[in-house]
Amino acid sequence: MTVIDIQHLFKTYPGPLFKPRVTALSDICIQVAEGEVFGFLGQNGAGKTTTLKIMMGLNRATSGTITLLGRTHTHHAVRARIGYLPEHPYFYDYLTAREFLTLYARLFDLKRFDPLPLLRQVGLEDDLHRRLRKFSKGMLQRVGIAQALINDPALLMFDEPMSGLDPMGRRLVRDLIMDLKARGKTVFFSSHIISDIETLCDRIAILHKGAIKAVGAINALIQPGGFQKQVVFTGLSDAGRQAFGARGWVPTAVIGGLAVSARSDQDVWHILDLVQKHDGRIVTLSDVKPSLEAFFMRTISETGGAP
Amino acid sequence: MKIWAIGWNVFREAVRDKVLFNLLFFSLLMIVGAGVLSTLTVGERTRIIIDIGLAAMSLFGTLIAIFLGVSLVSKEIDRRTIYNILSKPILRFQFLLGKYLGLAITLGVNLALMCAVFVALFVFMGQSLSPALLAPIGMIYLELLVVVAVSLFFSTFTTGTLSAIFALAVYLIGHLSAVVLSMVEQSEGIARGFGYLLYYLLPNFENFNYKKYASHLAPIPDGQIEISLGYGVAYIAFTLALATWVFQYREFK
Repeated sequence: MTVIDIQHLFKTYPGPLFKPRVTALSDICIQVAEGEVFGFLGQNGAGKTTTLKIMMGLNRATSGTITLLGRTHTHHAVRARIGYLPEHPYFYDYLTAREFLTLYARLFDLKRFDPLPLLRQVGLEDDLHRRLRKFSKGMLQRVGIAQALINDPALLMFDEPMSGLDPMGRRLVRDLIMDLKARGKTVFFSSHIISDIETLCDRIAILHKGAIKAVGAINALIQPGGFQKQVVFTGLSDAGRQAFGARGWVPTAVIGGLAVSARSDQDVWHILDLVQKHDGRIVTLSDVKPSLEAFFMRTISETGGAP
Repeated sequence: MKIWAIGWNVFREAVRDKVLFNLLFFSLLMIVGAGVLSTLTVGERTRIIIDIGLAAMSLFGTLIAIFLGVSLVSKEIDRRTIYNILSKPILRFQFLLGKYLGLAITLGVNLALMCAVFVALFVFMGQSLSPALLAPIGMIYLELLVVVAVSLFFSTFTTGTLSAIFALAVYLIGHLSAVVLSMVEQSEGIARGFGYLLYYLLPNFENFNYKKYASHLAPIPDGQIEISLGYGVAYIAFTLALATWVFQYREFK
């Protein structure tokens, strides 16, 4: 069963006076199956939050259709089956954790509600009667996750769920998402932290400047096509950098120098030649283990981005 | 249940808000001050207590209605709490009605407290309390409910500061309806048409002004209360419907 079906979603905003409209999202098409953990990866400002806000009915699409759990996304009943955590969640800080969760339980018409198990799930069972005003950023993120689970949702949508969390908190959220997946829940989450996406997701979509640049299973996407090597070098002159740029290579800083990836033997020879010509010194030449980060960087740079 | 949950939350926030307590404190101080002032006058002590007491209820009630009213939605947007609440299975009109209900309860409790001090002052001063005072106090509450509806309406589409300015302007114009009407009648052409539109569109707060009856302990004409009540309820319903319509199309960037 398809839980999320986004078809040709466009979002434009009015531009400044006498300027054309600003395109925030362009022809977004995504399908997410039941039980999948789907990662929505993109740089800051790529349009991830806008997409999620439209899905939650907080913003309107300019055109396109969104179906969630078999119904149009604006249908009132759909939201009763969704758990949503907004980016940088802000809550009523004058409430205690107990009062806060009880308020949200009432919005779901839950007659009998005990907040303690939920708070225990996110490691906040000792803070039941503490006001949210006194919570740290990480604790607020955790209580935000607790409120997203309040209705035992079939679909969870998290916008940057690891944001503001310390390593323990991140581990907790990772375990939680894995647990949700094991229970057959569908999880759609946005992030710009590649390692989180790589660890948790079955499939991903890469969003760049409001458009989908890649979508599919991580393993299928990051296969380097049989050949990829990385050349690390130092001491390159400015003219050398320009020469690399002219060939479409953008050296990235790594430990020990600058690195450029080659996808063929010919590329390797060209890189070595350029480094030699421009007073550089080769540090290493090694096989590249396929990674989502490399794929992401490549996808973004190929489509005119600045990783 | 959802409307009530939102409303109760508004009331709880107000109770935990120090600004509200400050306003309430000053209003109570003013009512007590009316008693002190009346001891310095010769005769008409009752009238002074009534005039100042009702004025305090109206003034501080209006301040609370406007400043809490305009923040009902704008603060949710500024603090970004609205993203989470509206992602739950609650319709936007339920959210707005809940907000309105919460502030209506808050104002009711505040007014009841002011009334209690007012009555206590009467008893303390050995004055007889006329049941005819109930109508003016009830009308002050109705007026406050209209002010909240107007403030809420503005806060659905503009910032808190602008909403407060607009709501204050409406409040002032609404109390000068007779002046507005006489100016309109003297004007011509488009200005006249626009003036009439404004006159009928903005609330006429003089419909709720029963202080004149209270201070002279004069009888209220038959049917007057029903007219004021009908006008107030209709105006609130109209304003809330308009606010709901505007809020329905509001986007949260």
